[in-house]
Amino acid sequence: MPPMLEITNLHVSADGREILKGVDLVVNAGEVHAIMGPNGSGKSTLAQALAGHPAYVITQGSVRYEGRDLLDMDPEERAQAGVFLAFQYPVAIRGVTNAYFLRSALNAIRKVRGEPELDPMDFIQVLEEKLRAIGWDDSFIHRPVNEGFSGGEKKRNEILQMAVLEPKLAVLDETDSGLDIDALQTVAEAVNRLRSPSRATVVVTHYQRLLNYIVPDFVHVLVDGRIARSGDKALALELEEKGYDWVKPEAAVA
Amino acid sequence: MTPAAGVVERYLDEFRRFAGNGAGAAPSWLQELRQAGIERFAAVGFPTTRQEEWRLTDTAPLARTPFTLPDAAVTRIPSELVEHLVGGTAGARLVFVDGVLQPEWSVRSGLPAGLKLGSLSDALRNEGDWVASHLGRYAGIERNPFTALNAAFVRDGAFVRVARGVSVERPIDLLFLASGAARGRMIHPRNLIVLEREAQATVVETYAPLDAAQHLTNAVTEFVMEEGARGRHVRIQRESGAAFHMATSQSYQGKDSDFSSCSLAFGAALSRHDVHAVLDGVGAQLLLNGLSVLAGRQHVDYHTTIDHARPHGESHELFNGILDDHARGVFNGRIIVRPGAQQTDSKQTNNNVLLSDTARADSQPQLEIYADDVKCTHGATIGPLDPNALFYLKTRGVGAEAARQLLTYGFAADIVSRIDVPEVRQRLDQLVRARLAA
Repeated sequence: MPPMLEITNLHVSADGREILKGVDLVVNAGEVHAIMGPNGSGKSTLAQALAGHPAYVITQGSVRYEGRDLLDMDPEERAQAGVFLAFQYPVAIRGVTNAYFLRSALNAIRKVRGEPELDPMDFIQVLEEKLRAIGWDDSFIHRPVNEGFSGGEKKRNEILQMAVLEPKLAVLDETDSGLDIDALQTVAEAVNRLRSPSRATVVVTHYQRLLNYIVPDFVHVLVDGRIARSGDKALALELEEKGYDWVKPEAAVA
Repeated sequence: MTPAAGVVERYLDEFRRFAGNGAGAAPSWLQELRQAGIERFAAVGFPTTRQEEWRLTDTAPLARTPFTLPDAAVTRIPSELVEHLVGGTAGARLVFVDGVLQPEWSVRSGLPAGLKLGSLSDALRNEGDWVASHLGRYAGIERNPFTALNAAFVRDGAFVRVARGVSVERPIDLLFLASGAARGRMIHPRNLIVLEREAQATVVETYAPLDAAQHLTNAVTEFVMEEGARGRHVRIQRESGAAFHMATSQSYQGKDSDFSSCSLAFGAALSRHDVHAVLDGVGAQLLLNGLSVLAGRQHVDYHTTIDHARPHGESHELFNGILDDHARGVFNGRIIVRPGAQQTDSKQTNNNVLLSDTARADSQPQLEIYADDVKCTHGATIGPLDPNALFYLKTRGVGAEAARQLLTYGFAADIVSRIDVPEVRQRLDQLVRARLAA
């Protein structure tokens, strides 16, 4: 069986500037990987490129998802195939309620899977079940998507979407930034609940803090567009203690 | 090209025919109103694009078309059309065809005490003096040439009067159906809605065609709220694609009154709607919203004026335009804060989404502030659907076309969701979905 995600020598540019300069990464089902790194190292670029953002141009390398060429798929095809990106900056959609948006998304995915579409009544049941499972109330499901949401509400909303859409590969882009410790724990719990031998999670973060709650199997440090160092969860603690400057010299040598 | 003198002459001929045809029996004040209207129109003629107020809306195609007043012949009305247009509601309704009330289609049974609902022509007969104290007092003939023309041909329309302290629970539907007939007809509905002190009512005006023929609707509605009254107003313009639709909606609010108005423009080849709101009482509140959904070569022009005449007034205005193909949207939002209207809080927003490269929108705020302790903001956007929002939806599995539809719907729902009368909101939501699916 091919790995869930196999990134080989990935080079990505934006606005004519090369940001990723040859990333290699293999993620298998059941694993949680953390990608850490200083600001500007390319963490978010990697996340956005995996989701298929048109502003990020792949100049070299390949990405295979369950053996398929991920880069050849439209963003919606990637989502329909089970790839999910939790945005660092979720987008507001005026006039469209969370419930309506989530039902549209879930039905688009169900259709591709050959499952029947859910009508509003059935969907509300699914949604309420997910909300209960992650311990949230339904206060923001009838508000327009992310419109007027606080930073923490937007991040929670990303996790709710993930819970409803049940992706195979979840990429969380700085989901911890701007969250207080209570919100961080709630988000982490929701992510942990989705951990299973058939799914994988890539957690992109600047801080080690989140990894106390979502314990990774592997930690990678991205510096200047390349993975400078990989290890287990101890690497995150070491980084926390010594700072990112500690890995930089090695990156320069590499 | 300026409209030829012969164009105006046609309307003068039509007026002479109208005045000699039973309208002459009207009370003198009404004859004077009509006379003043036609004289004003004769003096100013049709507007031209050289006039600032009409710079972006060319009425020459309208001026070129010979329109005549409809004869009394009643066209057959399909009952399913009426039910469809009022959304199957069982509330009170008035149905007009070519400006004339159709009693057999109207529903006036079980009206609450204190609600008078009928034709303006009946009200002129039954309480002419009271009507005289309101009709034409708010929407003056100087407003624009079409308001003058409407005054010249005042004959009928809807009359709604809600007595002091009375709350009308169910929405009142006013349905104006137009038929084009062989020669183009012009219809000048004139509506008077008065909510007396602390009265409450919801009024839904709908303008719809009976056929695809070209006609001219030139409607004027005066909506008056006395002290503490609460008015809810929805206006749906879904004329045929060949029609011309000229309109003035004039509201006038007393102290502590609360008015919420939503105007939808879906139809007509060319439409111009002047929405003029006067807040002439301390602490008056206004929510003034609008939505245009246009395609083909449709043209809509919303000129809104919010006139804060007294202190502590509050107005929120949001107009959204959804323009496809070669459609053109014009928005002009004027806000006046009169001297002494301190503590006014006014917010205006106009957002336009262009669904094609050939659609066009123009947005012009116009703030005239003569008081120094006020809060006034305005903003406008014109552009395609937000690419970041499209990408966001796609990353959730929604296909490109469905994502565009969802965002477009959201743009419309942003307006409709602000209607606080649930059954009216649901009707409009259905209407918007059907329009966007068309």
